[in-house]
Amino acid sequence: MTTSAGKTIRVDTLARVEGEGSLYIKYAGEQVAEVKFGIYEPPRLFEAFMRGRHFSEAPDITSRICGICPIAYQMSAIHAMERALGIRIDPAVRLLRRLFYCGEWIESHALHVYMLHAPDFLGYQDVIGMAKDHREVVEKALRLKKIGNSIVQLMGGREIHPISAAVGGFHKVPTKSRLRELVEDLQWALEASLETVRWTATLEFPNFEPDYEFVALRHPEEYPFNEGRLVSNRGLDIDAEAYEDHFAEVHAKHSNALQSVLRARGSYLVGPLARFNLNFDKLPEEARQAALDVGLKPPVRNPFKSIVVRAVELVFACAEALRVIREYEPPAAARVEAANCAGTGQAITEAPRGILYHRYALDENGLIVTAKIVPPTSQNQKRIEDDLREYATQLATWPLEEATWKCEQAVRNYDPCISCATHFLKVVIERE
Amino acid sequence: MSSKAQRKPKIGVFKFASCDGCQLSLLDAEDELLAVVGAVEIAYFPEASRAMAKGPYDIGLVEGSITTHHDAQRIQDIRRQCKTLIIIGACATAGGIQALRNWQDVDEFVRAVYATPQYISTLKLSTPIAEHVPVDFELRGCPISKQQLIELISATLAGRKPNIPHYSVCMECKRKANVCISVARGIACLGPVTQAGCGALCPSYDRGCYGCFGPMESPNTESLTAQFRILGQSDVQVTRAFRGFNAWAWEFRKASEECERR
Repeated sequence: MTTSAGKTIRVDTLARVEGEGSLYIKYAGEQVAEVKFGIYEPPRLFEAFMRGRHFSEAPDITSRICGICPIAYQMSAIHAMERALGIRIDPAVRLLRRLFYCGEWIESHALHVYMLHAPDFLGYQDVIGMAKDHREVVEKALRLKKIGNSIVQLMGGREIHPISAAVGGFHKVPTKSRLRELVEDLQWALEASLETVRWTATLEFPNFEPDYEFVALRHPEEYPFNEGRLVSNRGLDIDAEAYEDHFAEVHAKHSNALQSVLRARGSYLVGPLARFNLNFDKLPEEARQAALDVGLKPPVRNPFKSIVVRAVELVFACAEALRVIREYEPPAAARVEAANCAGTGQAITEAPRGILYHRYALDENGLIVTAKIVPPTSQNQKRIEDDLREYATQLATWPLEEATWKCEQAVRNYDPCISCATHFLKVVIERE
Repeated sequence: MSSKAQRKPKIGVFKFASCDGCQLSLLDAEDELLAVVGAVEIAYFPEASRAMAKGPYDIGLVEGSITTHHDAQRIQDIRRQCKTLIIIGACATAGGIQALRNWQDVDEFVRAVYATPQYISTLKLSTPIAEHVPVDFELRGCPISKQQLIELISATLAGRKPNIPHYSVCMECKRKANVCISVARGIACLGPVTQAGCGALCPSYDRGCYGCFGPMESPNTESLTAQFRILGQSDVQVTRAFRGFNAWAWEFRKASEECERR
């Protein structure tokens, strides 16, 4: 048997992640000598070509950074622009944006839980192989994902790069009766999500609990989507405006990559684990109870258990979508017209993978002067490498092939979206 | 029947500079996905599987544009390995939104985004796949329509011509009985010069089409430019309208450059 000790784990094309990345772990004896979570996805230079475009174009342009979480980009861009322009939105619009985000979370989490992450736990190369033995599970996953997509489609016309979100509101808002058409499916989805929590909790989890700094939004009344202060379990508590005072992109020598770090303390974790641990008290009753029933309560430090936390967030998203539909009364106007003016605005929203930061400066014609975007995967990137360094040490005596698969799974814990990260990460081609 | 005749067609899915959305359309086809994977062998699809079978492939689906030397080499190799090469989405068919670099100084762009520009290797232009290799079919859209993708895969497997229209978005508006937002409300709309496929989404949501599916067959961009001016759009605004997700598509590119010169 070939063990990993003294060898190199190398995965040139990481599978079941969004975008193109590679993995490189070098052992010196049983010690981990080097870890690289490489990115070879080509850069697309969004922040540069957005200069000179009108603020109203930012939601549609930035959604093209990521086909998996376009709504996150639209929401962060819109909120940043609304702050730059000093616009206040109708409460009904705010509610609709939560519903829109629920759709994306359901679609994205169902995709990751069942189609990208579960095959690792069950020992399948992919969901196609899994479907042969677990057809009912996969069919349920597809229906759940479809229901998330149907919210997005109803609100925004299509699943990928929807077209209705606008600075100030929406181009068109749905009627109450249109939204009520979703209720029956969402009630099924809520049940299916509860089953998902129970099912994911039966999976086998490696014993691995790093000491994380969790970073997520926190809102006084709600589990966070679009608003709140940015907080951590180590005392961070700031407005989006102060984000760049506390976080920086550093150039890590070993990976030649720009990685986001907390200036004071280094790597940190964003996404489902962070949200759950920092906002457990804000989950609706059924989601909180579902978690407690399977023994899940904060702090959850095992990143492999993110699959159960995503399932709990599925319960939240379905329950929240049902609440919004119950409470919705259409706004007086679909959107507030915004006049051109100079200004700067920052916003953070919770993409399925974690916080997404946007900052824009506008000139007096409403044209973008500078843009800055920090996606969740850029923020998790350093933490992913730290996880791999700690975790690979445990695997030194494992057969190389199994250790390789486990390390891939450790990356997939984060549901990394490399397409998102790339517009600011250094390109590393790790092929020989 | 010989075992060769029973062999399922091998499909490879390849990605270049893009957002991943077009290949996600395959996974978003929730109702058809299990039927599709039953009819073909998904041999290479890293977004969905860690099993990566070597070529040759019967059908290659390519997403994304060419923006690096490495990718310009890689597409040559993929072309050699694929019997039928299908190009999906605006990045692959027209260079995508990242083709906005094609009118700018790329070195300055890189300096604006990256802290260590010397590490970035990127080409001056973002170009469509067909500028590098011959392609068998181009499926338009930012993103593509999943119904059109399923139709295209089915047609390719059956050896028939896919039913994918090349007429304009206006036809789809008429079919949906939408009141023309441009005529009735003076909203600038690229629908008259943009290929159908989205189902006239934007006009149905009270906004002008912004050209996701690229230029229709023989578009009259000059006439639309004149109409935009009547609606009060400046040359800068008209230039921006044509410079979207299909900016480098020839007819849109020509139209934006003519406006910019005025």
